[in-house]
Amino acid sequence: MHEFWLKFAGHRFGLAGLVFIVALIVLAVIYPFIVPYDPAAISNDIMMGPSARHWLGTDDLGRDVFAGMCQGIQVSLTVGFAAALASSVLGILIGSVAGFAGGRTDLGLMRFSEMFQVMPSFILAAVIVAIAGPGLARVVAVIAILAWPQVARVIRGEVLRIRQLEFVDAVRCLGYREGAILFHEVIPNALPPVLAVGTLIVGQAILLEASLSFLGLSSADLISWGRMLNNGQRFLFDAWWLSFFPGAAIFLTVLAFNLVGDAVGAVLNPKGEQK
Amino acid sequence: MNGDQRATPIVKVEGLRISYLRGGNAVTAVKEASLAIRPGEAVGLVGESGSGKSTLARSLLGLNPQSRSQIDAGSIVIAGTDVTRYGPSQWEKIRGRPVAMIFQDPLTYLNPVMRIGRQIAESVRRHDRGADVRARVAELLRLVKLPEAIARAYPHELSGGMRQRVLIAIALGCRPKLLIADEPTTALDVTTQAEIMALLAELRERLGMAMLLISHDLGLVGSACSRIYVMYAGYVIENGSNGDVFIRPAHPYTKGLLLSAEVKRNADGRFVTIGGDVPNPATIVEGCPFRPRCPVAMDECGTMPAFTPIPNRAAHEVRCWYVERHPVIQAEEIHAAS
Amino acid sequence: MTRFILSRLFWAVPIIILILAVNFLLVHLAPGDPVQALVGDFPAPQSYIDQVRHEFGLDQSIWVQLWRYFENLASGNLGYSFANRQPVLDLLLVRTGATLILMIPALTAASVLGVFLALLAAPRSGSVFDSGITALSLFGYSVPIFWLGQLFIILFSIHLGWLPAQGMISLRSAGTGWGYARDLIWHMVLPVFSITIFFIAIVARVARASVVGVLSEDFITTALAKGMSRRTVLWRHVLPNAMIPVVTVIGYNFGYSLTGAILVETVFAWPGLGNLFITSVGNRDYPVLQGILLFSAIMVVIANLATDFIYVILDPRVRRSYGAQNA
Repeated sequence: MHEFWLKFAGHRFGLAGLVFIVALIVLAVIYPFIVPYDPAAISNDIMMGPSARHWLGTDDLGRDVFAGMCQGIQVSLTVGFAAALASSVLGILIGSVAGFAGGRTDLGLMRFSEMFQVMPSFILAAVIVAIAGPGLARVVAVIAILAWPQVARVIRGEVLRIRQLEFVDAVRCLGYREGAILFHEVIPNALPPVLAVGTLIVGQAILLEASLSFLGLSSADLISWGRMLNNGQRFLFDAWWLSFFPGAAIFLTVLAFNLVGDAVGAVLNPKGEQK
Repeated sequence: MNGDQRATPIVKVEGLRISYLRGGNAVTAVKEASLAIRPGEAVGLVGESGSGKSTLARSLLGLNPQSRSQIDAGSIVIAGTDVTRYGPSQWEKIRGRPVAMIFQDPLTYLNPVMRIGRQIAESVRRHDRGADVRARVAELLRLVKLPEAIARAYPHELSGGMRQRVLIAIALGCRPKLLIADEPTTALDVTTQAEIMALLAELRERLGMAMLLISHDLGLVGSACSRIYVMYAGYVIENGSNGDVFIRPAHPYTKGLLLSAEVKRNADGRFVTIGGDVPNPATIVEGCPFRPRCPVAMDECGTMPAFTPIPNRAAHEVRCWYVERHPVIQAEEIHAAS
Repeated sequence: MTRFILSRLFWAVPIIILILAVNFLLVHLAPGDPVQALVGDFPAPQSYIDQVRHEFGLDQSIWVQLWRYFENLASGNLGYSFANRQPVLDLLLVRTGATLILMIPALTAASVLGVFLALLAAPRSGSVFDSGITALSLFGYSVPIFWLGQLFIILFSIHLGWLPAQGMISLRSAGTGWGYARDLIWHMVLPVFSITIFFIAIVARVARASVVGVLSEDFITTALAKGMSRRTVLWRHVLPNAMIPVVTVIGYNFGYSLTGAILVETVFAWPGLGNLFITSVGNRDYPVLQGILLFSAIMVVIANLATDFIYVILDPRVRRSYGAQNA
């Protein structure tokens, strides 16, 4: 573990990404003490540009943009982490079973996952949410269903590799059952690469949630970055700050997760990419 | 088979040193190599893999990437012009003529998505301005004994032997005075190997072309070449006529190589190889690189000797302190000592 | 060759079936009466609601419903959009055309640009070009595409006033011939540019890896050895080989590309599928939403098939391996 951090620290961009994410989490917790506005509070300061009073301006209802963005961190990170976790669990289960069982089970499950990868996943998610109704849990579930094949592919490869290592045979000689071997011996050893893919999925999930909210597919009471952009779209000609800042927040956050994910991948698998 | 020894060499290499740059530290692939090839002669370059023979051969066409390798010392002179310091653009002007090259694995050395005819035509267009390209391609295919219809085929549709013939046709399209053949038959089966060697010999005769045959296979080089260079760990350590090097080798390495490969002539004078493996070259050492494995190593071997001509032999030279101190030695002597 | 086509068609069927199944499930997942999901929340006459209830067998068992559902779709009956006063199929066909007008130029530009950058960068590994490609790809994967579109509008339309911000044609458009085409192209610039940046994310990385890979191939040595210039080698030998994985990746990621186009459309009020999606969400026009999903799936499947064919044309090795079995 110590060695992992040492190597990770060597990737400057990955480290910068991690620092950014930690700073976001801190900001999400302490912002009520910094910003004197309630993100949902309507005021008379309507459509004000960035100023000393309202750092990033206000919207059409006089709500403070910076306070809203701080509140939005919560939604983005919750959706991101929850979706990554859910898709990882799903992917680990399906991928490890496919890799461990091999043969037809493997072929069938992998074909199934390929189908998910070919599908226009965002449109599918958007239609499901549009018809079934918004709600964070539903959004998380949809993203998880769309993202699991990425995890499944990685874990299957790892399981295939580990399955043929000697220690698995050694454990088998001790009389353990196949299921026990898979869950106690093989999966724990196959997990590290999931960390890299999982981190990338957090970024994708944040982007996907923002896109759905931008299309208006989120609860109107919930302040999120995508929702703010949706609102900003109406005032593009009058109030650039309503679009610029929330979008920049999405961009930087997703970029941070992508940088961390790439760095984790490079640390765990140095031969894959040169940098 | 013998070229004119007084004519200007097509290629003359002296004291060449080439190193590769790998992540900050340099690895010297060719340490000190000299050779000369005169018009019409067939020259062999023998050595194990890693001895630097391919790097040396590629340097004659400027094919070692300049971003990753460099010439540290020595000179390469082609047809009287010093090309040692040529940059990529200068090399582009002289590649193919007078020196062309064919390679080991004819599948990977052909473009998989381009028809054979076009790949040969590219060579013709480059070197025969104004020629009737179709006719010339057909002529080249006839020359390497392939049907003309092959021009429309893709590389993966041909057999290994046919692909090597295509590579030869591409090289001949340049109208070279010297053809470098780098392990041209290693990837082929025995029957095809013989066919390709016969074709190369015939073409050389017919076109009056010189050839540099590079191989680890002593039998192959022995039966095709009149003069032999032996390379070991980046050094050319012995050279001489086919008869001198193969029958009366002087360097302990050459002797060991021949003994372990059990090369003998059979009734019709051809060389026959009977298995046997040469051990891997030792790691880099001061002085003569063969010293750690040499049965007759002496104190002097801590420095690399210069070439010594062997008395009473035409142009047979060797780089060995032992030979220099004991000018007349027999193969059996060293064999006994080891 | 026939065998190849059949095997790929066979592959397409399960994807379409999966989408249909999802659509069918959605009808039942939607809150309230399932007929609402087939008609939409937009006020529709009671007679039409009764007709749909009967056509789709909503008063019968679930298996009959599934069968009726497939039957109706197979005959091209995707329902009627009361919000648009048009059959859903007609509506989708027009809107799909508008989306493709944006997508195809953007896909072409992205692949040409991506490969071109890769060709520039590859011979100088580790140079500014090289890290530039990696950065561009990372940018494309991280930036919210609709936000990028908004920024372009703010910068190029509002501040600089160079290009129109929204729509497909001007209100006071010339209406015919050259004037119309010019006006259309003028409106296309910003959305196409936004989508291109989105696509480059996919193309750039693959193109770079592919060019680097081809450059280290042995046949490049052969080409150089016969005296060809590096530039000619790059165009004649490297490019055709490097294009194969690039084209494949673009084709197989058509679904991802379509997403980008749809999101960008909504920003630029471009009357394509994305815009239709937004208005249909607002109108709770469910049959249109389901139709969009079905159309996207069909487009993805067609794109995949087309990719397979282009692949066969680009790489003669595939041509034989499939042709031989049939010969």
